[in-house]
Amino acid sequence: MTLEATLLIAAAIFSVGLYGAISQQVVVMVMMGLELMINAVILAAAGFWWFLAPDPSGQVLLMVVIAAMTLEMAMGFAVATLLHRERETDMTDSAADLAG
Amino acid sequence: MVIDIAFWALGLVAVLSGAAVFYVDSMARATYALALSFVAVGLQVLFLQQNYVGVVTILMMVMEMAVMAVYMVMFMGMNPALMPMSMVHGNRTAVVVAVTTFLVLAAGILMVDWPARRGSPPADVTMALGESLMGPKMLVMAVVSPVMVATIVAGVVLAARRTRYDRFGDDLSRRPADDPQPGGVGR
Repeated sequence: MTLEATLLIAAAIFSVGLYGAISQQVVVMVMMGLELMINAVILAAAGFWWFLAPDPSGQVLLMVVIAAMTLEMAMGFAVATLLHRERETDMTDSAADLAG
Repeated sequence: MVIDIAFWALGLVAVLSGAAVFYVDSMARATYALALSFVAVGLQVLFLQQNYVGVVTILMMVMEMAVMAVYMVMFMGMNPALMPMSMVHGNRTAVVVAVTTFLVLAAGILMVDWPARRGSPPADVTMALGESLMGPKMLVMAVVSPVMVATIVAGVVLAARRTRYDRFGDDLSRRPADDPQPGGVGR
């Protein structure tokens, strides 16, 4: 159990999530990709905390990351609900005009 | 030694179940795979002595996956456990970007000369976190709390079927309401 091992696992999870966020067409599946990426950030931050500087500040940063993940989920569900109501779809390609 | 093997095994489970999210042929199975990945990472966080964060991660993500499963049943209009699906675009580009990202991150992780650990963890990590949040790090909680309230309001506004502006227009004091869709009792 080393910092390098922890970060390598986190990097693999992050890359898998990035693949999903880029490739998936369904909004909920894109959200799953984003959550995998944040999952990797949680693991990496926990590794940094334990192996480099185990003081409470690192744990507070982790709480902020978890809060960000919660907010992402809530807003994602709300936007997907609105998209489904307005356009009868749950596909990102049907909401391309929201980009930018 | 046993801890090392368990840590690597959990990491393998987290990565493989994460990959399974985008490989299995139904959204319900994808949800379960994502929940498994989160549980594995939560257990790894427990190995790193952050009991509170690890338990919160596991509990929160299991509940979130339950909500996500219900959500899919609501909007997919099918039995998501049985209906095969493959809805991707730009698959080759996504694979190249993901593999490149992993290689760059792995190279950085292995090439950086990481510093030695500074200080030692407190005797009771959870209590130290609580005292920090209620003391010198109170500003973090003070910022996160209103952001969460704003998210609740924004979520309700976005998801609500109709609001006061749909009923009254810009003039909220106008009576009676001009309901595009009649509501209330006896409609």
